[in-house]
Order: sequence, then C-alpha cells, then structure tokens
Amino acid sequence: MTTTSIVTARRGPFMRRGGARWTGWLFLAPFMIVFLLVLVAPVVYSIYLSLFREQLIGGTSFVGLENYALALGDPKFWDSLGRVVIFLLVQVPIMLVIALAASLAIDSARLHLSSFFRIAIFLPYAVPAVVATLMWGFMYGTRFGLFGNITDAFGLDLPAPLSSNWVLASIGNIVTWEFVGYNMLIFYAALRVIPTDLYEAASLDGAGAFRTVWSIKIPAIRGAIVIAAIFSVIGSFQLFNEPNILKTLAPNAISTYFTPNMYAYNLSFSGQQFNYSAAIAIIMGLITVVIAYVVQLSGSRKVGRA
Amino acid sequence: MPRGGRLAPAGTGPTTRKSVWLTIIMALLAGYALLPLFWLVVNSTKTQRDLFSTFGLWFSGDFALWDNIVQTLTYDDGVFLRWFGNTLLYVVVGAGGATFLATLGGYALAKFDFPGKRAVFAVVLGAVAVPGAALAVPTFLMFSQMGLTNTPWSIILPSLISPFGLFLVWAFAVDAVPTEILEAARIDGAGEFRTFFTISARLLAPGFVTVLLFTIVATWNNYFLPLIMLSESTWYPLTVGLNAWNAQAATAGGEAIYNLVITGSLLTIVPIIVAFLFLQRYWQSGLAAGSVKQ
Repeated sequence: MTTTSIVTARRGPFMRRGGARWTGWLFLAPFMIVFLLVLVAPVVYSIYLSLFREQLIGGTSFVGLENYALALGDPKFWDSLGRVVIFLLVQVPIMLVIALAASLAIDSARLHLSSFFRIAIFLPYAVPAVVATLMWGFMYGTRFGLFGNITDAFGLDLPAPLSSNWVLASIGNIVTWEFVGYNMLIFYAALRVIPTDLYEAASLDGAGAFRTVWSIKIPAIRGAIVIAAIFSVIGSFQLFNEPNILKTLAPNAISTYFTPNMYAYNLSFSGQQFNYSAAIAIIMGLITVVIAYVVQLSGSRKVGRA
Repeated sequence: MPRGGRLAPAGTGPTTRKSVWLTIIMALLAGYALLPLFWLVVNSTKTQRDLFSTFGLWFSGDFALWDNIVQTLTYDDGVFLRWFGNTLLYVVVGAGGATFLATLGGYALAKFDFPGKRAVFAVVLGAVAVPGAALAVPTFLMFSQMGLTNTPWSIILPSLISPFGLFLVWAFAVDAVPTEILEAARIDGAGEFRTFFTISARLLAPGFVTVLLFTIVATWNNYFLPLIMLSESTWYPLTVGLNAWNAQAATAGGEAIYNLVITGSLLTIVPIIVAFLFLQRYWQSGLAAGSVKQ
C-alpha cells in the first residue's frame, strides 16, 4: 500500500506560491499534536525509563544498558519470547492460508450464497477480544461441559484445551477465529481489482483455474499478503488480551510471563518494576520492527523476481 | 479446473458453474465462525444452574433470557448500563475524533506539499510498528503524573490516533478529490478550510465512513488500555467490566454470575454486529479503496 502510494502522493499534489507552502500543516497539525503526545512521548519516556533503576537504598540511579543486559539473561523473558515465536510460526501461516483459500473461493464465483459466507466469516472481527475469549474459554472449559459433552458423545479421549500443554493451541484457535475473516476480506478486496484482461490472456494460453490462481491471482495480490503477514506478526508479538483473560479460567496453565507483553505488564502492575518492564517493552519493539522489516523485504524481493 | 479443461476465469461472468463441494467447504468455515455466537445466544437463555447441567449447544431448561437481561441491567445498581454509557462516550468522542483527525491529516498528505512531509510518513509508519506493550506502561506513568489516570481522558486521548485511518484517507483522497477542483476554488478566492468543508469533505465521505467504522470497532473493543488506566469501575467500558464480572465469579467466595457474564457479552456484541450488518456497503467499498493502492 505504502510504496506505490508515496509515488502517487508525490505526483498528486502541487506546490503553492509563497507562504502557502505551510497550509498542509494546518490540516495535519491536530493529528500530529495528539500523535506526539500519545505515541512519540511514551516511546521516548520508555527509553529514558529503561536506562534507570530504582533501588530501596539510594533511590533512582542511572544504570545505562544494565536493564537490557538483565533482560537478555532472563529465562522468563526468553520463555515468553519463545512462546510467541512458536505461536507466530504456527498460527499465522494457518490463518493466512485459510483466509487466502476462502477469498479465492469467494472470488471464483463458483459458490452458492457467497455474500452470506463473506459476512458470516467476517463477523467475528466485530466481536471484542474479551467476549471472544470468554465464549471460547467457557466452551473449552470442563465446568460448562460443552467440550466434555462432545468428547463423551463421540467417545473421544481428547486432551483438555485449557491444560498447560494445549492452552497455546487453544489461544491460537481463538485468534484465528477472530481474524481469519478480516484477512479474507483484505485478500478478497485485492483480488477484485486484478484487471480481467490478465484472466483473458491466461485463458487464451489455456491455463486452468488452479494455474490462474497460482500464476496470476496470488502474485497479483502479493502486496496484500505481505501487509496481512506483517500485521499478523506484529499481533503475535503483542499477544496479551486472550491469555490475560483466559488466565482467570486456566490459572495454572498460564503464567505471569506467558507472553512478553504479559511479562512487561505484570512486572509493572504487580511488581512495580517499571524500569525493567520498560526495557523489555523496548526490546520487543525493536524485535517487532526488525521482523516486520524482514517480512516486508522478503515480500518485495519476490515481487522483484516475478 | 482440470475438469474438462473448461476455461474458468474467476469472477468474469455468469457462465461460471457453481460448485457444491466448494460451497460445503465454505459452509464448514462459516459454521466455525458462527458456532461461538450461536453458543452465546443459546446460553444467554439459560439459568445459572442450567448452564452447568445441560448440553451447551441447544436450548433446554427454563427459557430465562428476559430474566437474564433484566438481571444483567440491574445487577449492582445497574453498573452494566453505566459501563454501556462509558463505552458509548469513548466510541463517540474517541472514534469520532480519531476519524476527524485522520481525515484532516490524510487530506493534507494527499493534496498539499509542505516541508517535513517525508519525515511525517517515516515517523507515523515507524510508530505503527512499536508494540502496544512498549507504549502502555510509559503512557500510564506519563498520564498518572499528569493526573489523567482514572479519568475518561486516559482512554479517549490515545484512541484519537489512528495511523491506519490516516493512511486510508490519504490513499482515498489522492483520487477522490481532483486537484483541479481545489485549484478552481483557489482562483475563486475561497479559503483552504472553506474549500475543505464545502467541497472536499463531501468527496471524502466514503473514506470517512470506512475509517469511522474501523475506529468504532477498535474503541468498542478496547481492553488493554482501559485495563491499565482505570483502577476503579466507575469509568470502565463494557469489555473491562465483563472481565471483572468473570474474575469475580472465579474468585473463591465471589458471587458466581456466569449467566450475567454470558448475557452481558451478548448485549455487548449486538449493537456492533447490527452496525456492521447495516453499514456493510461502506466497509466493503472502503477496504477495496485501500487495496487499490497496493
């Protein structure tokens, strides 16, 4: 979205004479003022905090990068980071493949009731994470019996979804449920604007539907796929709401350092370790930026090759 | 399709034959999407006792939906209605304000050249990548020093920024507002703000509505921020309130009000789902507008 648009934006506007050069700022200023207050200032403050340490004796002192060194040697931090990495390596591909397949199915015009499917599958996106997690959490739970009912009815001996071995997969299911339809619509919107003469050319060459999907449709929406992947990766690193809410229902399976975000939160609000927490948040921010950049880079390199 | 080598270019006409198998597979996916919502509807008709003792995916026992709704709305002196009102406040001021700021800013980026424009792009894009965790704690500490925690401002101010909305309006405005019209207005001597409110705003309306829908969902569903900012239930939005009810039910000695958690969840999602169904024309065209630019 961004690269092409920057080009368009550069072409679109026009220079005005004299003092009018600053007119654009009058429109942009309200956004930028609030932006500086609620986004830039906290980042700067966070970096500042991460360089200090509060001690019982001697008060707050400057410690340089010591908090960062501490975090890199902290097994709890690595444990939480490892968990979200597993999560993103498994959940993100599954969700994006399902979303892509569903968008291709809707775009193929071979479905009955396709607008019903489009809306039904997208609907969970409008459900708050809190409600989504509570619903799935109750359904998973042994107390409300639904999961037990089903395993009994089919004579299965399935593991409990909220046991410590399976809770990450159960969270993956909740997140997939929430966002598969959203990603599907992103892909579908991109598919709709592929010029039809490409299809005509392909069919003249005798390409079948699968060939058309593989050689025309998927390359044509690569930009959308890369953006969806970046947002999903960022979302995985920020995983917080679902495990934090599910913790009430599965207190033994979800620790206070289940994800880096939960660790940073609990360090601050249960442990009062604001400086250490800020360092962990900054590390996560840096990792996220690097990974998002790598995803974007590998995506655009493929575009270059195509 | 390999079948018969028939040419089936996607979406290109009424000649494409419908596939029953594809429809069945999609129906499974739709069933997966709707299952928890169905479960929610079924279980909000049950009493606390029936919740534990009857099969979860069908109606049984007493039909207690109305009792549950009345109980949800009146429990604890009607705190649910208070949370509902708070949520509305955050949505109207937060999402409305965010959309307004994003529209003005996106318009500026699309239709004006000004010093520092490239820097704005870089900074806003960079900020999108910074995870919420990196911001939440320092934002909380900053706000608590400014005396803003435990006030509606602590929720509203951060909701006012939607980088996604800014980019969407910008992508939309490049084509939706023809530069020639703006030049003509300038030649006629109209001021920039007058031009914006009389001409451009109307042309930007579809983009505006799309951003509004997405910011409404974001603020209606906001959980992390209010959880951190608010320590008293007075200013809770519905999401944090529902979680507090659930936590209360799980605490030893706390009153088990699972039926209220479930009915409250249903009441929380009904307005937003209705809004989505009625306004689907807008969000679907808005998503398309965003993707044209890719």
